[in-house]
Amino acid sequence: MEIVERMKKKNFKSNMITYAMVIVAFAIMQVWKTSGNLSSLLTGLLVPICVYVVLAISLNLVVGISGELSLGHAGFMCVGAFASAFFSKCTVDVITFVPLRFLLAILIGAAVSAVFGLLIGIPVLRLRGDYLAIVTLAFGEIIKNVINIFYIGLDSNGFHVSTQDQFSLNMEADGQIILGGPQGITSIAKCSTFVAGVVLILVALFIVLNLVNSRDGRAIMAIRDNRIAAESIGINITKYKLMAFTISAALAGAAGALYSHNLSTLQASKFNFNTSILVLVFVVLGGIGNMRGSIIAAVVLTVLPEMLRFLSDYRMLIYAIVLIVMMIFNWAPKSLELRERYLGRFFHKSAKEGE
Amino acid sequence: MAAMLEVKNLGISFGGLRAVNALDLTIEKGALYGLIGPNGAGKTTVFNLLTGVYKPSEGSVLLDGESIVGKSTIEICKCGIARTFQNIRLFKDLPVIDNVKAALQNEYKYSLFSSIFHTPTYRRVEKEMDEKALELLKVFDLDGVADYKASNLPYGRQRKLEIARALATDPKLLLLDEPAAGMNPNETKELMETIHFVRDHFGVTILLIEHDMKLVAGICEELTVLNFGEVLSQGKTAAVLRDPQVITAYLGE
Repeated sequence: MEIVERMKKKNFKSNMITYAMVIVAFAIMQVWKTSGNLSSLLTGLLVPICVYVVLAISLNLVVGISGELSLGHAGFMCVGAFASAFFSKCTVDVITFVPLRFLLAILIGAAVSAVFGLLIGIPVLRLRGDYLAIVTLAFGEIIKNVINIFYIGLDSNGFHVSTQDQFSLNMEADGQIILGGPQGITSIAKCSTFVAGVVLILVALFIVLNLVNSRDGRAIMAIRDNRIAAESIGINITKYKLMAFTISAALAGAAGALYSHNLSTLQASKFNFNTSILVLVFVVLGGIGNMRGSIIAAVVLTVLPEMLRFLSDYRMLIYAIVLIVMMIFNWAPKSLELRERYLGRFFHKSAKEGE
Repeated sequence: MAAMLEVKNLGISFGGLRAVNALDLTIEKGALYGLIGPNGAGKTTVFNLLTGVYKPSEGSVLLDGESIVGKSTIEICKCGIARTFQNIRLFKDLPVIDNVKAALQNEYKYSLFSSIFHTPTYRRVEKEMDEKALELLKVFDLDGVADYKASNLPYGRQRKLEIARALATDPKLLLLDEPAAGMNPNETKELMETIHFVRDHFGVTILLIEHDMKLVAGICEELTVLNFGEVLSQGKTAAVLRDPQVITAYLGE
């Protein structure tokens, strides 16, 4: 039993370090912000950073824990963003207490996205590896394009839906267009705050870290490690794959809600393939299956391009070089070996000195 | 008393290839039964048929009097057949203890809600699982390495862990696919003792595939010899191993 206790303690410690890292980073930024020394550029980045961190955590559940490559994560983010913004627009006069409306919007974004995750997961999760990646990629593009053609308006008679243009909605004079095709949803009340973003990060971390350390998480990882063996001991492959996929979609939807309430205009074209790849880069760079690493990668790679703006044309070049260097440093076998040796020695030494 | 496993006229074809043909097999409760034969004789195919990986083209399989033909792998596992694999299939990135706990999950349950919020139910059931898993690992002398990653265990211990994992599903019938493959004579000897112990301690019936004749002759009470998917010889171990047909199949003319 001591071994089990030791494992639990180690695990608990590792989780606490992750939570602490987020909270400390939050405290520092918050103090910096209130002191008024934070540049407006960085202030504007606070919420997007939170969005990308939540997305990285959520994609890591699929890629790292469940072991399936998904390239359509922006699609789920898109669903969450539009569902929540739609809800906020419709209820802006009904629910006047902003935090409550925002909370409900996030929950609705997550729920709608989870439903999409489930519906798409049922056929798609029969595929594996590269095939799954391509199908999820296609799904992401489809979602984006479907939202692009919809026009939805609201007047005293209720909702009007059209796929033509806003005039064919045939609304009363008092009608209000909520979703305007390629123009998306406009003038959304800006409710996202840094605090809300950090709370969402903590909630996402809580869900994923706890899930990993449970019966269900164990089953998901068992399937990742060996599908045939997992089946032979009675683990229902479809159920657990869907579970991971759906929870991940819900978290991405919540991130989408945070994202949409930080903008005044929400357009579907933002949720393209590049966004999916960007999130995948966070996950791969930070370490597949490593939540702490993907959080750090998401923060660094969101801030970096903005910090490099003064380089104008060379910005993306430097960004790409940083990516390559980080990748080599993190994953090349030689570099792993070196790091282990030197860092190991360093820690060993400091431990000795401590005695 | 009904037999633990009763196979009648079992057969499967892959295209034009008749992999297993008209196999009859009766294994009594608590028996240690061997399935041998040259490479490509269809032994592993029989295991795959019994565990629902393949659906038989014809024939019947009764486990403890209950038909399991047409059931899925998961259902068959719940009916009480567990197996190990010829090429070890562990959950290599999970700790040793979690390999066993994964197999305990049909017996020890709690909801997804408990999983996410780590409710008191979660803590109680997890504790029971830990105890049960450690108990099983102890049988195979693996409790001291419960926190190792499964892939970091030496080969022989990985084989043992696979048996422990199979036993965690609480089977009536345990199928071992070449348990001694890649083991040295000492490890094989130790394995023979372990298999005996498992049979007596857990009260399971064991069907094993093996190439190591010393192990087969040492522990199996009865044998079936397959060759090109057909039964070549069947009966008490000593008699079967003296059968001239079997000797020919193994050693050539």
